[in-house]
Amino acid sequence: MSRLQVVSGKGGTGKTTVAAALALALATEGKRTLLVEVEGRQGIAQLFETEALPYEERKIAVAPGGGEVYALAIDPELALLDYLQMFYKMGGAGRALKKLGAIDFATTIAPGLRDVLLTGKACEAVRRKDKRGRFVYDYVVMDAPPTGRITRFLNVNDEVAGLAKIGPIHNQAQAVMRVIKSPETEVHLVTLLEEMPVQETADGIGELRAAQLPVGRIMVNMVRPALLDEASLELAQSVPRTALAKTLSSAGLGGARRGGLAERLVGPLLEQAEEYAERYALERDQRAVLAELGLPLHELPLLTEGMDLAGLYRLSTELRKQGIS
Amino acid sequence: MTLDAVRTLDVDPLLDDPKTRIVVCCGSGGVGKTTTAAALGLRAAERGRKVVVLTIDPARRLAQSMGIDSLDNTPRQVKGIDESAGGELHAMMLDMKRTFDEIVEAHANGDRARQILENPFYQSLSAGFAGTQEYMAMEKLGQLRSRDQWDLIVVDTPPSRSALDFLDAPKRLGSFLDGKLIRVLMAPAKMGGRAGMKFLNVGMSMMTGALGKLLGGQLLQDVQTFVAAMDTMFGGFRTRADATYRLLQAPGTAFLVVAAPERDALREAAYFVERLAAEDMPLAGLVLNRVHGSGAARLSAERALAAAENLDAENLDESRIVDQDGGKAGVRNSPETPADSAKSAASDRSSHNPGPSAGSESPDEGSPASDRTDGNDGTNRPAEQPAEQLTTLTGGLLRLHAERMQLLAREQRTRDRFTALHPEVAVTEVAALPGDVHDIAGLRAIGDRLAAGEGPTGAA
Repeated sequence: MSRLQVVSGKGGTGKTTVAAALALALATEGKRTLLVEVEGRQGIAQLFETEALPYEERKIAVAPGGGEVYALAIDPELALLDYLQMFYKMGGAGRALKKLGAIDFATTIAPGLRDVLLTGKACEAVRRKDKRGRFVYDYVVMDAPPTGRITRFLNVNDEVAGLAKIGPIHNQAQAVMRVIKSPETEVHLVTLLEEMPVQETADGIGELRAAQLPVGRIMVNMVRPALLDEASLELAQSVPRTALAKTLSSAGLGGARRGGLAERLVGPLLEQAEEYAERYALERDQRAVLAELGLPLHELPLLTEGMDLAGLYRLSTELRKQGIS
Repeated sequence: MTLDAVRTLDVDPLLDDPKTRIVVCCGSGGVGKTTTAAALGLRAAERGRKVVVLTIDPARRLAQSMGIDSLDNTPRQVKGIDESAGGELHAMMLDMKRTFDEIVEAHANGDRARQILENPFYQSLSAGFAGTQEYMAMEKLGQLRSRDQWDLIVVDTPPSRSALDFLDAPKRLGSFLDGKLIRVLMAPAKMGGRAGMKFLNVGMSMMTGALGKLLGGQLLQDVQTFVAAMDTMFGGFRTRADATYRLLQAPGTAFLVVAAPERDALREAAYFVERLAAEDMPLAGLVLNRVHGSGAARLSAERALAAAENLDAENLDESRIVDQDGGKAGVRNSPETPADSAKSAASDRSSHNPGPSAGSESPDEGSPASDRTDGNDGTNRPAEQPAEQLTTLTGGLLRLHAERMQLLAREQRTRDRFTALHPEVAVTEVAALPGDVHDIAGLRAIGDRLAAGEGPTGAA
């Protein structure tokens, strides 16, 4: 696995969850990972059931086998002030700039600058070494912006090149691009087995490839269990209701006669089967579309009890089982 | 807690009221905002109003079906709708760069407009950095409203990282564009760096110096040229942002918060409800999309699973007994064993003629009975397969039901959390569809569900 793992996906597909599960999976067996949030939503804190993350690296979870997951919510404004202080000793000027609205300008409006600051911070964590020359983090996992914006977000060089042709922002962008376009980076896309997210995934991969950014894996999230096989689906279309009522009755669900408890279950159960069949067919089509993209596919189960910390560990175990380590 | 405890949002009176002029659909990403906006627009049009729907980022097939897949930034009349009540539906997809360009063109004459449009800083700014899309959506809304050509405007909001962005971004962009920073940047450009420079105090020149250092001189210069060229328009930006903001607070505007019955989506919805109240913006209610129901809600997940396990055990028993005495043992206490009825099912299928007693759910048309051999493949006792198959199917149906009931319970819990926090918010529920919506008929069906309000059976 590459050391910088970027996780993107359409809104609502659970990319924060997948990024967190990936950070946990990669931390297993004594590794240390950093989970980075760039959109200021505090999704990581919610997921790990802790208070809001400040702008500092902080341990938030212990992985099976003694590994550690650190988290960092990057605040672009603070990152810029940091940066000014670090490289130019401009702390005071930074405060004055802030008063003028320049920091706001640079971090929310100025083209690409915000993105350079965010990706720059992640790349710095990837390259950081301790006193003994070892990498501080084995892996950095970034919960990145959604598919629609990911290429633009990562391709900071192109975004900034036309604007800042010289100067520190320009240099920073160059340094970031060296990491992002190298084999040290992989961009994963999270999707659901639904039409729009799959379409967006296909489009996103096209854009990433066109920009020569390293596409990694497709993570299919919230996959529902297959509860009815093909043969059952076919039988459901033609089975006499009386036969079904009797089987339900034999399973202890009441009378099979007309109006009996078991008999009254038949209609609704078959209706649910029909909905299932429709979804099943749609999912099969979407799987086929994904398979054509020619990337490694991972499937993560839908957690019927909702997403919580235990569920997160389950997903990370699932990822390990599927060969991510 | 049942839905009776919650106020139900009546969509039709809202859409029919001639005083309702703008409906804003907002909510976090992936909850069906665009579909909801389109469905509301269609419903209002078919109920006799002249409607325009402003969508931000519709699914390709939905856009195609509405005839708005070409991005030309003007509303197009949607064909194939029922106009018998005298209504019309127009729709458009927002092109934010085009909208920005139009503002420039409207406010600057030929040369100056071109100077701005060609400026690299402008090009990046207009091509979609944080806030531009939100600003332009609101700008377009203002334009549509001022043309006064429609009875009702339905707006979708951009897929922001936070649902609140579209309220904040226009102000942020507006205040940047005519804020202090711009004046500082403008000063040297205006004075051409001549004697006028002495009026700039030391602090300010240090500021531009620092900015130049940080951004690179080139960018600063682009910004300065841009700012100088836009000079006349700046007052305009703030004024326009303020005007749109007031429009959103006006009595003819109704906000609908769209969410799915999931924790994150409803959390965003709750933030939004609070924020709208703080800004004096009129909230009509919450649209809860993709709610699941069940016609068999009286059968709990636990009982369904237990019954499915009974059947598994039976299947095992049966296959053992079948080996011994040729399939005659089935379910006790039952005059007609499942094996028998399944056999009759098989014969019904092969004769293409389901008997009246079969009461088959699906019409028999095109049933590929002759192709249906996979169920029997690889077995040397084809006659016994259906009995086992029937038990397998029934077990599957019960597990499917258990899954549905668990989902229902989870959705119920999330929804209750929201309604406990905000009992004042009226709610309408839209039953989940198994597939995506991408045609007028699908939108119409969503509209019916929106108006019915109480969601799927068994959901409450």
